Amino acid sequence: MGLRGLLGAAALAIGALTGTSAALAQDKPAQLKIGITTFMTGPASVFGVPGKAAAEQWIEDFNAAGGIQGVKIAPVYLDEGLGGDNLLSEYRRLVQEQGTKVMLSAISSGNCNIIAPVAEDLKVLNIMWDCSTEKVLEERRYKYVVRTQGNATTEMVATVMYLLKVKPDFKTIAVVNQDYAWGRDSWEIFRNTLMALKPDTKVVAEMFPKFGAPDYSTEISRLSALKPDVILSTAWGGDLDTFVRQASQRGLAKKSVLVLPLIESSLERLGSAVPDGVIGGMRGDHYFLHPEYRNDAKHKAFVAKFRAKTKTYPIYPVYHMVQALEALAQGYEKAIKANKGKWPTTEQVAETMRNMEFRGLTRPIRMRDDGQGLEDQMLGITKAVPGLPFPVLDKLTIIPATLTTAPVGQRSPEWVKTVKPELLTSPLIKTYGDTAPPAN
Amino acid sequence: MTVDLLLLALADGVSYAGLLFLVALGLTLIFGVMGIVNVAHGAFFAFGGYTAATFVVALSGPDTPAIVLLLALAAAAILVGLVMGTALEAGLLRRVQDKDPILQLLVTFAAFMIFEDLQRLIWGASPRSAAAVVDSLGTLELFDVTYTRYQILLVPAIAIVAYFSLRAFLRRTRIGKQIVAVTHSREVATALGINAKRIGWFTFVIGAMLGALGGALAAPVTSLVPGVGTDWIVLSFSVVATAGLGQITGALIAALIIGIARSIAVYTMPELEVVVPYLIMVGVLLVRPSGLFTVAQARRI
Repeated sequence: MGLRGLLGAAALAIGALTGTSAALAQDKPAQLKIGITTFMTGPASVFGVPGKAAAEQWIEDFNAAGGIQGVKIAPVYLDEGLGGDNLLSEYRRLVQEQGTKVMLSAISSGNCNIIAPVAEDLKVLNIMWDCSTEKVLEERRYKYVVRTQGNATTEMVATVMYLLKVKPDFKTIAVVNQDYAWGRDSWEIFRNTLMALKPDTKVVAEMFPKFGAPDYSTEISRLSALKPDVILSTAWGGDLDTFVRQASQRGLAKKSVLVLPLIESSLERLGSAVPDGVIGGMRGDHYFLHPEYRNDAKHKAFVAKFRAKTKTYPIYPVYHMVQALEALAQGYEKAIKANKGKWPTTEQVAETMRNMEFRGLTRPIRMRDDGQGLEDQMLGITKAVPGLPFPVLDKLTIIPATLTTAPVGQRSPEWVKTVKPELLTSPLIKTYGDTAPPAN
Repeated sequence: MTVDLLLLALADGVSYAGLLFLVALGLTLIFGVMGIVNVAHGAFFAFGGYTAATFVVALSGPDTPAIVLLLALAAAAILVGLVMGTALEAGLLRRVQDKDPILQLLVTFAAFMIFEDLQRLIWGASPRSAAAVVDSLGTLELFDVTYTRYQILLVPAIAIVAYFSLRAFLRRTRIGKQIVAVTHSREVATALGINAKRIGWFTFVIGAMLGALGGALAAPVTSLVPGVGTDWIVLSFSVVATAGLGQITGALIAALIIGIARSIAVYTMPELEVVVPYLIMVGVLLVRPSGLFTVAQARRI
């Protein structure tokens, strides 16, 4: 019997003593039905498919260990690739017809924007497990909606800080982002932060090729002719793969420093096509070679099992999925405790989740009053190493989310304009040296 | 925009146009002979690309000569064109030959969606590529900008070769002349003893091979993802519509116009990049509703 089992037994025993066991037995559901929206089709399935694999693996292990005080988690998966409208009707069906009380949604920021107000209306606990738009929680206060990971501001401000730390003397920058909400919004935050910290920087080109563009040759020719000191691209998936491959084939990385905040999710696919010296991030501190957690038993076991199952190393959406599920389980445990052992209402869990700290596989995450999770950001520089067919991220630096997230009640577009250069010398920032390849 | 930049834009545009032309050529050829706008053409592109990527990844080692990899691309295009072209033509399109064009369009659209799912079933959702081909051919410098030989020389060269071979084939060979005859008038050609069914199959397979060749040639530079075929069908349709349906030389010129205009847009007004092909198409169709190069006669090839 694991710790959870023990706790459950203890709760039952206490319940029996105080004569509430009848009520407890009534309230406690046979299983906790949760809905998980993830991309099973479309370009974003590069995130959705590993995310789903992570959910399956975690839930299987969690249920085998006894679930939430004996209540097992029963997931239903919805495909975000259906598009916002279809997803919304599937979401409603799950909640209204099948009585699902907890939803993990979504990957796409567009879908989070659509679903958050609906979740609030339906009074269903919605954990935004992977989307990054900061707007959703800044523009409205929710009771039932939380995010168990960082947001675009946390990520972009940290990226600017890392860039300024490792390459303080650049003068010109160009951007090649995907032409949709994330590409545009991430650039706006990045640019405003950069201008606050280094106002003399010159933006020499802003290019937004179509989402899913099959070819970046022309953009790369133009960048090669412009020779900016720094090139930013927050692209991901096939788009990022194409850009990096073409940039690397044509020696762009020799002329400019590439800053690719989502490169971690493409490293294993791209392999040796990734040049050395690219500044890269991972939307959090999720990395199987995390300097603080690479030998952590829980993390190591999860990575090994995930690799055995999918033949790939876990990428950031895997970690985000585990975070959402851990947060959910811990939210329930805490709410049950506060409820004197009785199964909590959805409201109680949603309330509890705003005031707790939990750990997924890497650094703990503190949840804020507005439902936003504070997720520390890690960035590094690509470097080919012997014994691994794809580069590692070297010179890793962890920037705490408290430094890079707009405070509760403030809006990111205004807040980032107020950040001060002193931020860069904060003693809370941790830097590490060489990243060794995995031992096996 | 300086002369240097204009020349760079031209180089990029021509390279892009090469690929676009190959895909559009297959589409326009099939329309010319069968009178069908084949939406499933995008699936030929995707399957050609994925098959090429699979071949190249299987073959490429540290010392694989470039020619082996290039032959692998060609083999992928031929194989996909033959198998999928035959399956679609004999299995489906021949049966709707005399039906309403809208129905034919819907049938090819349905086939396209089925192929998309099949593609996901076979290759999954993770991006694929055949980058080894580009690496094996090396790079060259043009005004201090590095280009890959593959994109700047090979792709346009293959497009030109495809154009001239197809023209020579249609004019000089027996079967080519039969294709032209069927294009001209199916009924008369049949009355003259031409096996229109066989010609239909043959043309369709050639068209499918061209679509697949486009995909195979794109595989080394792009990332193949689910949905990759959709983009190309839309783009190549804009080329075909600009040129006039069934126009081969027209397609070459339209592909060049669109390719170059697009790359100039990237250099000067990147915001316009995506709409440029469609602006050109709309502009042309407003002035010449049946396309730039359609002549006032029944003959289409």
